[in-house]
Amino acid sequence: MLETRQVCKQYQSGTTTLEVLRGVDFTLEKEGFLAVVGQSGSGKSTLLHVMGLLDAPDSGEVWINGRRIDNLPVREKDRLRNSSIGMVFQAYHLLPELTALENVLAPLLIRYGIFDWFTQRRAAQEKAEELLDRFGLSDRLHHRPRQLSGGEMQRVAIARALITDPQVLLADEPTGNLDEESGAGIIEALAELNQDKGLSIVLVTHDADIASQARGIVRLAAGIVDIMNSGAADSAA
Amino acid sequence: MADNAIGDMYKLLLCWRYLRTRWIALASVISVTLGVATMIVVNSVMAGFSHEMQTRIHGILSDIVFESHSLSGFQDPQWHIEEIERAAGDQIAGMTPTVAVPAMLSFQVRGQWVTRQVMFIGIDPRTHAQVSDFGQYLQHPTNREQLSFSLREGGYDTTDSQNPTKTPTRPALEHAGWPHRRMRVERERLWKERLETKKSAENKATRSVDQQVQDVLAATSPKDDSPETSSDVTEDGESRKNPFQTARPAQGRAMDPAKEQFTGIVPGIGLASFRNRQGVDQFLTLPGDDVKITFPTAGTPPKAVSDNFTIVDFYESKMSEYDSNFVFVPIDALQRMRGMIDPQTGIPSVNSIQIRLKPDAKLNEVRDRLREVFPSDLYAIATWRDKQGPLLSAVDMEMAVLNILLFLIIAVAGFGILAIFFMIVVEKTRDIGILKALGATSSGIAGIFLGYGLFLGLLGAGAGLVLGLSITYNINQIRLAVEWCTGSRVFDPSIYYFFQIPTIIDPVTIGWIIIGAIVIATGSSVLPAVRAARLHAVEALRHE
Repeated sequence: MLETRQVCKQYQSGTTTLEVLRGVDFTLEKEGFLAVVGQSGSGKSTLLHVMGLLDAPDSGEVWINGRRIDNLPVREKDRLRNSSIGMVFQAYHLLPELTALENVLAPLLIRYGIFDWFTQRRAAQEKAEELLDRFGLSDRLHHRPRQLSGGEMQRVAIARALITDPQVLLADEPTGNLDEESGAGIIEALAELNQDKGLSIVLVTHDADIASQARGIVRLAAGIVDIMNSGAADSAA
Repeated sequence: MADNAIGDMYKLLLCWRYLRTRWIALASVISVTLGVATMIVVNSVMAGFSHEMQTRIHGILSDIVFESHSLSGFQDPQWHIEEIERAAGDQIAGMTPTVAVPAMLSFQVRGQWVTRQVMFIGIDPRTHAQVSDFGQYLQHPTNREQLSFSLREGGYDTTDSQNPTKTPTRPALEHAGWPHRRMRVERERLWKERLETKKSAENKATRSVDQQVQDVLAATSPKDDSPETSSDVTEDGESRKNPFQTARPAQGRAMDPAKEQFTGIVPGIGLASFRNRQGVDQFLTLPGDDVKITFPTAGTPPKAVSDNFTIVDFYESKMSEYDSNFVFVPIDALQRMRGMIDPQTGIPSVNSIQIRLKPDAKLNEVRDRLREVFPSDLYAIATWRDKQGPLLSAVDMEMAVLNILLFLIIAVAGFGILAIFFMIVVEKTRDIGILKALGATSSGIAGIFLGYGLFLGLLGAGAGLVLGLSITYNINQIRLAVEWCTGSRVFDPSIYYFFQIPTIIDPVTIGWIIIGAIVIATGSSVLPAVRAARLHAVEALRHE
């Protein structure tokens, strides 16, 4: 349901050109759970950013559910990120002035105008509370991020990514700043979402143990995909 | 849920949160507040001053002054009045003729002559009140109701009747009028007796009968009271200038100053008084005293004539330009003295007609109508604004310059907002990346900061409005408190025209100040907002 075709991305640093992605072909099937692994600098996060429409490829295509999305107008891309693509980051990236509940509601606050918000507010809050409850944070609704642990913040971030019922969840090293136990809990939660809810997930990690919990593994090396595990992964020459 | 909408709710929430958590931004709010409050107070006080001054000027001057270019004036004021009535009578409430000439006022103070340059104005006491607020500026209550150039039997105000606090006090006016005049006459008589007693004692042994007769004749004959001949010093240096020397015979008989007066005049109070350090008005001359006025006659070439007059009241408009220059006299007396009455026809001349218009009349339109009827080479027709144009223009320019300078305070506040917002954008770079990752548009990101600027502007302007109005409404109490704290006078009524700081709160002016402050505050947030909007999502997320 999520596909990249010969995606290339390079960065200019002074007179030096750094080719981060060199023609990446990637396919994630519906209800798939792929882990993207590779060394530091292999282009994992860049691939995720391109798939999540946070960055534009220099060439190549990105498709979601049979629709090309990399060439959409900026407004359309913003709407897609808000509604169809959920993202979780290594640094959690919660808004510090908002409470846990408000952080989870943030995508809906971005979506709704003032009038719509007052008609949808109750339903939205109930859903946010339900998500936080599922992640064991029902007693942290009104806590600010600085009052939460790393694991709790990451769970809030996951809840935020899920509030809009996205078609795909992109997680960029979600356990990178967590201890082993908290990290395991996060991966377990993601696996449950994939198995129980059928959520399609791409997980970027450098941890082989974590990657093994996915249903497929894609390895990036020097901007090119190596297939490590069959299943949902595709290959590129 | 709607899948294609991008809304505003997050902007409101984040603006509000930033307002409550970013205390540094409140520093810029304070400067907006102070700027707005200062502008409100200054504009209100300036408007009050300007209005009071215009009211007083307008109260003294009539709406339109119709005058001749020549000192000799124009004949037959009644015909002119009828023509003016025919041209613009539908808009005229009243008219009165006047004669005005430059003159020299001389009076004695402790034997010394004091001379002042004045404008000597002949008015018709029956009709002058129709065109001017002249009457309310007099010191005797009865004269305020109906002006009379006859000396009053006391009853002059011993405090400033126009000041609600009834200060300063004027104890010298308690016996002004006939009591003061009679007292001076009695003192003169006693002084003469003493002088003659002394003379007679000195010359008792040596005077012949003829010499004694000569002395008696000399003592009882009328004396010339001109300044040049009034000096008289004794052998021991004591001045013999007779400070009470005023009487001269009228119509072939000696005038009894204790019962009779010269033609009455009303000089401006500034000509004859000053205020001492204790705030009490001291008078150099009082109602009941006689003065000499020298003025030119009508005709070509004009000749200087002098005559004696009796002060019957004082005029106090609070405008020093008038209080220290004007002397009013009955118009018929001035016309007679100047030779402005045609000996054959008895028709008098005047050199101006004061015109008061109806409340809803159009000032400039009436002036222009009269200018069409009366040739400009013979007559000068001007409104009170035209006459005081430079003064009013100066006040208007002062207000405009002040407003520009004060608005710079708010502009400086705007630069403060600009700097603080740039700092906040840098601080919030990662948050901006997060919002973009969640689907916020670039314009939405910009809207957060524009809204923040708008909030700050509203908050600052609102607080400034409250502060400014509070100060304006209580400005005189604040003045008293400052004077009490510092021990020095902040507002001296002897310099200004009023006793309390006047204020006028104009909603339109305040509205513009508020709008201007909000525009500056919001406008100052544009550049930071644009910068925030242009941040790249991935780079912003990586910002440390």
